[in-house]
Amino acid sequence: MDSMNGIILSLILIAPLVGAAVILLLPEKGKLPAIVALITSLFTFLCTLHLPAHFNSGAAGFQFVQEFTWIASPDIHYHVGVDGLSLWLVVLTGLLAPIGVLASWNSIKERTKVYYALFLVQQTAMLGVFVSLDLMLYYGFWELSLVPMAILIAMYGRNLTENSSPKAALRFFIYTFVPSAPLLVAILWLYAKTGSFDFATLQVAIGTHAFSTAALCWLAFAFLVAFAVKVPVLGLHGWLPDVFSEAPVAMAMVVAGKLGLYSLIRFHVGLFPVQARQAAPWMIALAAIGILYGACLALVQKDFWRVLAYGTIASLSFCTLGIYGFTLAGFDGAVLQTINEGVIGAALFVLLGALYERFGTSTIANYGGLAKKTPALANLFVITGLALVGLPLFNGFVGEFLVLSSTFTGVSKGWAAAATIGVILSAAYLLSLVQKIFYGPESQAVIAYPGKDLGFREQLVLWYLALIMLGIGICPNILLNGIESGVQQSAGYPTLSEQMKSNASSFVVIAQEVRKGGK
Amino acid sequence: MNTALQSVPDIYRILPEVILTLTGVWIMLMDAAMKPSKSRRSLGWVGAFGVTAALYASLGQLSMPAGTAFFGTVQTDAFSVFFHVLICGIVLIALLLSLDTLPADQHHRGEYFALMVFGAVGMCLLTSAVELLVVFIALEISSISTYILAGYRKNTGKGPEAAIKYFLLGSFATGFLLYGVAMIFGATGTTQINDIAALIPVAKSPSLVLIAFALLMVGILFKVSAAPFHVWTPDVYQGAPSPVVALMSTAPKAAAFALLIRIVYGGFPMLKPMWLPLLWAVAVLSMTVGNLAALRQENVKRMLAYSSIAHAGYLLAAFAGAGTSGIAAAAFYTAAYSAMNVGIFAVITVASGYDEKLPLIGDFRGLIHRAPLLGGLILFFLISLIGIPFTGGFFGKFLSFTTASQGGAVWLPLIGLLNSGLAAAYYLKLVVSVAQTPAANSPVAPKPQIGVAAGAALAFATIATLVLGIAPSQVLGAAKASAQTFATSISAIK
Repeated sequence: MDSMNGIILSLILIAPLVGAAVILLLPEKGKLPAIVALITSLFTFLCTLHLPAHFNSGAAGFQFVQEFTWIASPDIHYHVGVDGLSLWLVVLTGLLAPIGVLASWNSIKERTKVYYALFLVQQTAMLGVFVSLDLMLYYGFWELSLVPMAILIAMYGRNLTENSSPKAALRFFIYTFVPSAPLLVAILWLYAKTGSFDFATLQVAIGTHAFSTAALCWLAFAFLVAFAVKVPVLGLHGWLPDVFSEAPVAMAMVVAGKLGLYSLIRFHVGLFPVQARQAAPWMIALAAIGILYGACLALVQKDFWRVLAYGTIASLSFCTLGIYGFTLAGFDGAVLQTINEGVIGAALFVLLGALYERFGTSTIANYGGLAKKTPALANLFVITGLALVGLPLFNGFVGEFLVLSSTFTGVSKGWAAAATIGVILSAAYLLSLVQKIFYGPESQAVIAYPGKDLGFREQLVLWYLALIMLGIGICPNILLNGIESGVQQSAGYPTLSEQMKSNASSFVVIAQEVRKGGK
Repeated sequence: MNTALQSVPDIYRILPEVILTLTGVWIMLMDAAMKPSKSRRSLGWVGAFGVTAALYASLGQLSMPAGTAFFGTVQTDAFSVFFHVLICGIVLIALLLSLDTLPADQHHRGEYFALMVFGAVGMCLLTSAVELLVVFIALEISSISTYILAGYRKNTGKGPEAAIKYFLLGSFATGFLLYGVAMIFGATGTTQINDIAALIPVAKSPSLVLIAFALLMVGILFKVSAAPFHVWTPDVYQGAPSPVVALMSTAPKAAAFALLIRIVYGGFPMLKPMWLPLLWAVAVLSMTVGNLAALRQENVKRMLAYSSIAHAGYLLAAFAGAGTSGIAAAAFYTAAYSAMNVGIFAVITVASGYDEKLPLIGDFRGLIHRAPLLGGLILFFLISLIGIPFTGGFFGKFLSFTTASQGGAVWLPLIGLLNSGLAAAYYLKLVVSVAQTPAANSPVAPKPQIGVAAGAALAFATIATLVLGIAPSQVLGAAKASAQTFATSISAIK
């Protein structure tokens, strides 16, 4: 299989594109486009599993590297590779693709060809972001990821007749496209000075103080803003609630989080360690306030998509908090939490999508007492909710614990306390959501409902996701080993103090101990 | 060098122009000889064939050594070939497009094809002319053809209005240019672009040279519709038939950019400290004015007119580049801009027809549901115009801004890219309109038919835009080779 290592990443990138082309060529007959999309995404997922199977977590640097010159001048290379940081994110993206297809299975009824073709192009763009090691290639995939997303929201959103879906698509595009203009200027400026778009070369050039401090500040700022919008960090989150309420489920589950957070770690912290540290107090404050803000707003929303949107802002702020604490445990926690958020968020979207499909409303007040009629839906909702809240044994716990404990000891007790209050609030909003939808007196809509529970397809997806949540919660080290080798390099390992490192490793031990206790 | 010059007969240096002229004349004669009731469609194919032959003839010129002919009035080099091929390609697409979309009962249809081909003669000659009077003649040949074509929808109010506006303002602009030529001759005693550079230091009156240069710039910047000489553009684009706009928003501009490059780099390289800030100012002004005005447009063609003004600004940013890199970037951008702009107008022509059934952005609502292929193509070209990677539009912009930042003007890319963020807002209005579900109460418009010729035109433009975005190396290589033409004169810049 060694011969596969050299081309596996290209295979992962090309497979969805080929699938998209096949879908466009085939006739739009029944479920045919969906079936092709499912096969393609399963194949891509299998390919991504090749990576952890052959990944050497002891080795430094990037693995599965493929590089050749794409354009000689300007010097742009096709250069892809993964390290511990991107490894599991690639797998996560691969994992979510079949789930996205299955989640769209019945909800997308018209123009399925275009839908699944764009869905697969989006897949390639996201995977490309994680594996590109040439800044221009990276920027290409970064921008490309906007287009299918925006078109899919505009074409397949929930409220097409009232025009609010196209508006959400516009808002999403403008919000993310405009900040990438300074990002491109920063990349071009770096190229003008160094003559290279290569990640490693630039890292060395910046590390050896080839540039003035003021210039680096501006560059780092341009990178930071572009990525922070995509996460989104508090203050730049204006696009998120609208997109969550409007976007088709399969798109909404991948729109936030991982792309922005990965880019922050790889390119903001990784390229500009000094400047990132200068920005850290601000980012930590924004993150801690974001946790509280998101959880508080989620408590008072009347629409469940918006609950999920503000809840997501809170969970993503945990990741930001972990990154800018600059502790190894924090980084581990942040990356793990990014993956957790992807899995749990996907499950929540599928669950809420199932509700929306059945009742055609997202107003929480229209629900009530549903547990009697759909016990499986209720059970799975509770399980996913508990994972999000951070119940030990579930994946959410490990990530949150790593972030909170490292913030408490390594950064600031005050912010850690604030974030912990956020955890309690997140339990509050989620449990009250469960209470309002599934328990209490039955609402008119629920009484009128014939009582169809989750179908086989939905149960399959959700149990599968629940198993993953449990799996990561029980043995997070499978992931953490790889992640740790990655973040050490990306986070500028030498700049971490020995003290922090020992702290960090002891946290991992503590986390394991706590987990054992939990058993 | 001299022996090489003599070995190439003069006629080969203007072979593409000769082929085009003969084609045009042939179409005119055939048009007169044919019965009035007979379809003139075959004449369009004759035109397409002639333009293709001219394109190959231009490529053939690459094998000759660079040099001048006819007493130093025209010069063929890699630069002229690059633009010849580009212009012939655009005219070919415009002809194919017109073949299928021009109404069959249109009077003077043969004339229409002849005018397009004659326009191509002027534009091609403009890119190889190195003598200012030939420049003027070439400019007039191309302009007069486009003046007439702009007013081709005689039965509408907008058509003649567009033609008159374009003609009056265009004549003023060429007047300015002619004044400039006269004053250059007065100051230096020559009208040879290549000799001007050497004679400027010994010019009788330096201020006269500056005035002359300014007048030349007015004339050329009008033709590329850069702000503040852009006011004619929206009205003319709105009034002219869509296939004509596909042509006139790209080919004459490409020719005018070629002329601009030839004059500033070939004729006035040592004035760079003067023209560079000027072109920067025009670039920033064009981007900003174009994009801000486009934001407010509801008419698709007016919006694209303002967008083309903004694109002229992005292109001019490339002039900030040091050495020949700026020329290469400008040439490449011209090609990328032409490919996507001719493409989007081609889609609009096919979708809304010659008589423009869909003038407003809102009229395109749900196009992708009615006609998935056309809707998809319009999205593709808009994505390229926005500047999303893996399209020609992105790579052109990227090159232009890279050279600008390498030339030391980091603020220029910053303004440019923020501007393209602004531009995304109005392109997206159309994107969203096309992708939206059709309004419930809207009448069901018939599905547009794509004929063979129009299909070929769309395919050419799409492939060109994709190739320029994904595998641009070859075109980029040609652009760089063409820029080498000016290597010696640029080395004079201190």
